[in-house]
Amino acid sequence: MGSIQLQQVRKDFGAVSIIKGVDLMVKDGEFVVFVGPSGCGKSTLLRLIAGLEDLSSGKIIIDGKDATDLGPAQRGLAMVFQSYALYPHMSVRNNIAFPLKMAKASREVIEAKVKYAANTLNLTDYLERRPGQLSGGQRQRVAIGRAIVREPSAFLFDEPLSNLDAALRVQMRVEIGELHNKLKTTMIYVTHDQVEAMTMADKIVVLDLGAISQVGAPLDLYNKPDNLFVARFIGSPTMNIVKGPSAAKRGADTIGIRPEHTEVSSTAGEWPGTVRVAEHLGSETFVYVEADGLGQFTVRVDGEAPVHAGDRVFLSPREPRLHKFNAAGQRIAA
Amino acid sequence: MARKTTTAQMTMATIFAWAVGLIMFFPILWTALAAFKTESDAYSLPENWWSTPWTTENFGIVQERSNYLRYILNTTIIAVVSTLLGLVLAIPAAWSMAFQPEDRASVSWPGYVWLVIILGAMAAAAAIAYSVGWAMSARPLLGLLLIVIFSLPIAAWVWTRRTGDKLLWMLSTKMMPPAGALIPIYLIFNRNGLVFKDWGWIDLSEWNLIDTFAGMIPLMMLLNLPIVIWMLYTYFKEIPFGILEAARMDGAGLWQELSSVLAPMALPGIASTLLLNVILSWNEAFWTLNLTNKYAAPLSFFISEYSSPEGQFWAKLSAASLMAIAPIMVLGWFSQRQLVRGLTFGAVK
Amino acid sequence: MATRQGQALGRLAVAPAVAALAAWSLVPLALAFYYAFLHYKLDDPDNTFFAKGANFYYFVTDPFFAKDLFNTVALVLLVLVITVVGGVLLGILLDRPFWGRGIVRVLVISPFFIMPTVSALVWKNLMMHPVYGFFAHMWRSVGLTPIDWFGSHPLMSVGIVVGWQWLPFATLILLTALQSLDEEQKDAAEMDGAGKLDFFRHIMLPHLMRPITVVILIETIFLLNVFAEIKVTSVGGIAGNLTYLVFSKLNDDNNVGEAAAGGLIAVVLANIVSMFLVRLIGRNLEA
Repeated sequence: MGSIQLQQVRKDFGAVSIIKGVDLMVKDGEFVVFVGPSGCGKSTLLRLIAGLEDLSSGKIIIDGKDATDLGPAQRGLAMVFQSYALYPHMSVRNNIAFPLKMAKASREVIEAKVKYAANTLNLTDYLERRPGQLSGGQRQRVAIGRAIVREPSAFLFDEPLSNLDAALRVQMRVEIGELHNKLKTTMIYVTHDQVEAMTMADKIVVLDLGAISQVGAPLDLYNKPDNLFVARFIGSPTMNIVKGPSAAKRGADTIGIRPEHTEVSSTAGEWPGTVRVAEHLGSETFVYVEADGLGQFTVRVDGEAPVHAGDRVFLSPREPRLHKFNAAGQRIAA
Repeated sequence: MARKTTTAQMTMATIFAWAVGLIMFFPILWTALAAFKTESDAYSLPENWWSTPWTTENFGIVQERSNYLRYILNTTIIAVVSTLLGLVLAIPAAWSMAFQPEDRASVSWPGYVWLVIILGAMAAAAAIAYSVGWAMSARPLLGLLLIVIFSLPIAAWVWTRRTGDKLLWMLSTKMMPPAGALIPIYLIFNRNGLVFKDWGWIDLSEWNLIDTFAGMIPLMMLLNLPIVIWMLYTYFKEIPFGILEAARMDGAGLWQELSSVLAPMALPGIASTLLLNVILSWNEAFWTLNLTNKYAAPLSFFISEYSSPEGQFWAKLSAASLMAIAPIMVLGWFSQRQLVRGLTFGAVK
Repeated sequence: MATRQGQALGRLAVAPAVAALAAWSLVPLALAFYYAFLHYKLDDPDNTFFAKGANFYYFVTDPFFAKDLFNTVALVLLVLVITVVGGVLLGILLDRPFWGRGIVRVLVISPFFIMPTVSALVWKNLMMHPVYGFFAHMWRSVGLTPIDWFGSHPLMSVGIVVGWQWLPFATLILLTALQSLDEEQKDAAEMDGAGKLDFFRHIMLPHLMRPITVVILIETIFLLNVFAEIKVTSVGGIAGNLTYLVFSKLNDDNNVGEAAAGGLIAVVLANIVSMFLVRLIGRNLEA
């Protein structure tokens, strides 16, 4: 069991509010990703759940029990830190065994669980090494192994991949996803990278300035962002935003259209403009257009598109894919 | 190496540097030579330092005459025990300041309020003492109470400061000149001197800490405690807090956090702190010269015995000096780096 | 950033050290105040009474006070000049590559580990003795009359001994600072056409200003308290400093009151210096 419920969770540092009253329900076995720009409070929220910080007010309920005042060790959670936080003076084996030793497990149990974790994470050959002798990806796996052996009711990940290079990041992303499929344990994962969020999450929690901006499945956030912030944060490249007559014509203050939902024509369209740069990546082409009087647009077209810098082009949105927002930045229901 | 150095330049630098190094080391070298000469040859050392016969008799005579072994044992006991005792206080304190820092004062009264309270308490204590004619001999309890009134506001002020200020205050206690503390410490240590010693139910006239380990060990511990705390603090600061948090998540209590995670990780730092502290107390000379004379006297006192104005015994003085400095000098060679950090309170690394 | 439980534990953990140091620094201070206003002689303990400001008055008007105050300042300045100038030169020398650097480094820093009583006696006898000392031999060998160092120039002699002990400290710190000087900065200066002297004046010296300040302040704290070197060479009567005067008030005159008053004066003096030092280190702590 690993349900986690947050009720009106607040965290203040003096006069500054870091978390401004968060309500959230994480169901057992769910993979939840907290995502948001730096300073949005996502790491603080995770540390509050872990018990590494005190709440200013509100409640945290784990498995139906009030855990607000429990110490970090009593909450039955395991955490994987951004810096891995491995014990440099212990071998991989002892690192993984440490939480079991703290829980005074018998030697046979420790032996068996370390073996299982090492098998699961392909660490069997490295058990006698020190963390300093391992590569970044291996250290990451040791940190996960240390979390697995506790058989926690939930795993907490604090930007675990941010210290790895791009290729390794993709690989570890897949491994963590597989691990979740295998263990079926609740996981809460913090990242500033919306690609990680989209690819791994069952449920994404978008945070902005200490408050939840939107909660939902990845494609829901992509297709129906509740507000301008989520609209711009989810999806890469960023959604194009248009104000003025084009928006008013459609009964909105602001409209947004994703680069992949924008058409480029050399003859006719809604917004005329000049191509500044065209990035031909082979599989696709990103076209950066200076639209007359509207600013910069990004458009994604197929790889062979014959577009070049300096071309005059016309852009038009695919009408059903258009997002409409009111003056407060909230979505206008279709 | 960015720059090329020619062999000629290198040779010049080598000759020059070695000359300077030997000049600096010369008095020690000279002492070492004299220690192996007979008493009469020691006086003509400059003329025939190589030709006169060598002898090791001085070391035996020094041991026989002034019981060197006893002094080196005393020195070692005082240095090591006071250092270990200091670590017991300093490790939790440094852990607290490095990993649980308080970034604001817990009582935020403005400075002038504190100043008024502190000076007011001092004035009040002085006024009370004055009102009884400054005579405390028959009023030991009042004397103790006045000390508390005098010190408590300052202690409370320190206690409520943020971590950075606490550290600086600890440092400032190291800067207290011993001359200021000499009289009180001497009188606290000495049964005859303390004015308020007769408590009625217990007479402290029997009280004597002069020339005892019970007095010298805590004294030496307190003397170096600020340096020990500072050094440990700078070493602990280099350990990422995340690792301690991970240990907490893994279910480690405070004791396990300190003993199985922090201490092993900071072991090199703790060892160099220990080393520097042993060196400092080994060479301490103000308090040992003033407060010891026989039973708990360390090597610095042992050497001062050879300061007879006649200076008749150079070979023996040299042998004794060599025996007093050799162990700690060798230890010192291994702690050069730590020395800089410890003695500049982390201001230069 | 932590939990209340952690904070509470943290305050508990620092409490013993704070309490010990508070007791260590405040109880003696309180007692010193008490004795400083008490007429109290160890050889006449029954004749003890409130002395008003007499102890301070007699301590300050004692002919030794003015002389010893001068000696205190002169000794500090003399040693500072020796160690800072020598330390910069030695630091630059040891920062260069040469054969046997490690050994020479050990030779240079060794005097710092010599206990004060030993270095005082070794210098007074083996080095500076007017007849048999090494210096006397050198003076004679070039046809000069040997100098009676401790007899005629006790203050300077003590200064040389103490300077010898503290020179390694300054050297070590300045060397450490020099080694942190960016290698590329040296190259850049060379490319910019800076000669050796320009480099020293415009790059090295400014880089060393902060460590030099640290050296000056820390040494001053310790040098105000030079004691063993004066006592074991028996020059306290002529070259004594304030610390020695306080000692002799207690040891020779058995005058607790005056010694305590002198001690308080020393505390005030040291506090003026330590205020600067604490500020400097505090600024470094924030950075």
